Amino acid sequence: MTDAVPALSLAGVNVAYDGYRALADVSLNVAAGEAFGLVGESGSGKSTLLRAIAGLAPVTAGTLRVEGETLTGQRRGRAFHARVQMVFQDPYGSLHPRHTIDRQLLEPLAIHGVDATSPRILRALDEVGLGAGFRFRYPHQLSGGQRQRVAIARALILEPAILLLDEPTSALDASVQAEVLNLLEQVRAERGLTYVLVSHDLGVVTHMCDRLAVMHGGRIVEELPADDLVAGRIGTDYTRKLMVASAGFRRGSDGHGHADE
Amino acid sequence: MSEAGIGSGQGTRAWLLSEYPASRMQARLGRAYATWLRFAANRLAVVGLAILIALVLVATFAGVLAPHSPYAGDLAGARLLPPLSPGHLLGTDDQGRDILSRLIYGSRLTLAVVLMVAVLTAPVGLLVGTVAGYAGGIIDTALMRVTDIFLAFPKLVLALALVAALGPGIENAVIAIAITSWPPYARMARAETLAVRHADYIDAIRLMGASPLRIVLRHVMPMCLSSLIVRVTLDMAGIILIAAGLGFLGLGAQPPAPEWGAMIASGRRFILDQWWVATMPGMAILIVSLGFNLVGDGLRDALDPREAER
Amino acid sequence: MTPMLTVEDLAISFATRTGRFEAVRGVSFTLGRERLGIVGESGSGKSLTGRAIMGLTPPSADVTARRLAFDGIDLLTAPPAQRRALRGARLSMVLQDPKYSLDPVMSIGRQIVETLRTHERVSRREARERALDMLAAVQIENPARVFDLYPHEVSGGMGQRAMIAMMLIANPELLIADEPTSALDVTVQLEVLGILDRLVTDRGMGLIFISHDLRLVSSFCDRVLVMYAGRVVEEIAAAELAHARHPYTRGLLACVPVPGHDRHPLPVLDRRPEWRL
Repeated sequence: MTDAVPALSLAGVNVAYDGYRALADVSLNVAAGEAFGLVGESGSGKSTLLRAIAGLAPVTAGTLRVEGETLTGQRRGRAFHARVQMVFQDPYGSLHPRHTIDRQLLEPLAIHGVDATSPRILRALDEVGLGAGFRFRYPHQLSGGQRQRVAIARALILEPAILLLDEPTSALDASVQAEVLNLLEQVRAERGLTYVLVSHDLGVVTHMCDRLAVMHGGRIVEELPADDLVAGRIGTDYTRKLMVASAGFRRGSDGHGHADE
Repeated sequence: MSEAGIGSGQGTRAWLLSEYPASRMQARLGRAYATWLRFAANRLAVVGLAILIALVLVATFAGVLAPHSPYAGDLAGARLLPPLSPGHLLGTDDQGRDILSRLIYGSRLTLAVVLMVAVLTAPVGLLVGTVAGYAGGIIDTALMRVTDIFLAFPKLVLALALVAALGPGIENAVIAIAITSWPPYARMARAETLAVRHADYIDAIRLMGASPLRIVLRHVMPMCLSSLIVRVTLDMAGIILIAAGLGFLGLGAQPPAPEWGAMIASGRRFILDQWWVATMPGMAILIVSLGFNLVGDGLRDALDPREAER
Repeated sequence: MTPMLTVEDLAISFATRTGRFEAVRGVSFTLGRERLGIVGESGSGKSLTGRAIMGLTPPSADVTARRLAFDGIDLLTAPPAQRRALRGARLSMVLQDPKYSLDPVMSIGRQIVETLRTHERVSRREARERALDMLAAVQIENPARVFDLYPHEVSGGMGQRAMIAMMLIANPELLIADEPTSALDVTVQLEVLGILDRLVTDRGMGLIFISHDLRLVSSFCDRVLVMYAGRVVEEIAAAELAHARHPYTRGLLACVPVPGHDRHPLPVLDRRPEWRL
């Protein structure tokens, strides 16, 4: 694509859980500063791909590179964690239920030996639109949207360059989703972050991303610019079927059919 | 005066229950207070807590509270006096010793056994269980097989064998009970660890670059702690009974120590004619065991993480 | 036409430590043989409203209404036995996740047969025949095979079809579907909706479709109730949705990203306190 080193580069990556092949020969390049989307239905391997990059899934073959550096095995060095962070789908499960927000944000700083934690925590809370008043609350005292903001603050507090977003808004109400998506866009614009966004929602992906890959059965079916998808310049039947399905229900079609029914 | 008192009381309460705590301390105290409110909502648990507090007070101030010496008896004039005799509220035993005084001093032994067993077993069980559960693989297998070996012996029988080998005495009884008590805690901590090990928040902290030790100590253990506390508290009643059982068999505390189980043992010879000699320590054991059980039940409700989620 | 279901001034509240929490307040609507959508975000009271009609609210809930009548039967004063007889036979409900609403230790076929035999006096053989027909009607390709499978052996979409088959086997007059497709993939979602659509049309059932997805509901239903904070803020014909009056409805429609509509940033809802009144 470009001669610049891609932020993220995957070649022939395979992931297997107990013999089940969750990812099959996935190759992918994400340029620095790009917002890249991964779309697919459940079991398509889109979340597994993110977890493989993060070192949370067993990679059995292939190479992964972050900013040109090859990652080996499931171990990731400290430098990796400072550069790549992740936001999880379920805001109710991704925050430790017995730690205050303060402690959730303090932990990454403590692990990486950062001093002057207090101002950084306050700045991080401020950046995601939560005031200092939230600092000493527990997750159960927060709404889903507020929890997801905390999760984003936690991911950003180490100032990474790449953010992996695993269905960051699918557990949220539509109006809250809009707020969180706006926040993510704003943060990206301010910091020039690279995003890899996983979602089942074509609306969210085309809204957030420049390019996207459609996944099915552990493979990448098609890779295309978001504008092409919107304009209907689609190469495969599977992508077309997804596009039709996400347009909503039509009386008379029984779901098997295509747009021309 | 009283109005001001109420006013500041409400102020403290509001401060504790604030939705927006302003410091780490306030957040922690607020959480503790909310737990206390859930605990206090259970009347029986409060009764149990009162029993345990009374036990601690009695043990601490045994010297002041006991009307007589627990060891020196009046063999000539006061053998086997029934309860409510003048000067001997709960009567005397076969050596003319005041039963009430012996019970009061005996509470020290009971409390010591319970505390030492808890201090010895709970951390071991927690550590073995969380490490096995989080590490998995060969470490898990090795640690759990060791646990199974200890778990396979009947508690009292293993304790008996150990005491027989080490020699009778309260310290050896504590060691014997401790060795047989930790495996269930390890199993429980492992089960809890397996449940949280793949939670997103553990993955998130791994992604921060935390070392496995840090994850186990700071993130996994707090999740296991509340059920462990509940379990240990509930087990205390059984531990008191085992200690008393060892004392009863002559393998625990040795005469003339006023250990409750040993007191029952010495009283059983006169159980038909002088029933109070064996019954009074039995009542003491019953009440304290009940206290631990009630508190354990209350803690289960108060510390339940699902409850805290709301 | 007299309405099949009349709900007047329905209120549901819970006692909490900090006082009474009113989850549903003053909800009124009527339903004929039509499809009614109830839309709202989490906490809007939409699911509780559906459950109150079924009589499936949690025991701690305090349900009151000026009138809650199904086909002339006052549901609030009806004896429990009569309500049980109504449930399943004339009133039925499909829930979000088939994983939790199907009995895991009973085969799918047996669950459907049991449901039918609870409400109708039919022979074992006839019940089996009808269950197989019903499985075929929800477009399960090999009904005889699925009949003997257990819930964990089928996919989410298949499970939800089985659930619908079970709920419709006794030919209810009113079906309440609470987020029936939210746990499913988009392509499967459409198939399930298609099945539901045809069954409702063919059998002339009344349908209450509860969902958080305003667009989906409006594409499926005739009429939509929009709920916010326990109240109905707007009732509108699905075809008229583009001309919704209430700012909440409009905000809800606008804040969803749609392919081909570039809006950066997305409009967000400005929740006004007066909507709660």
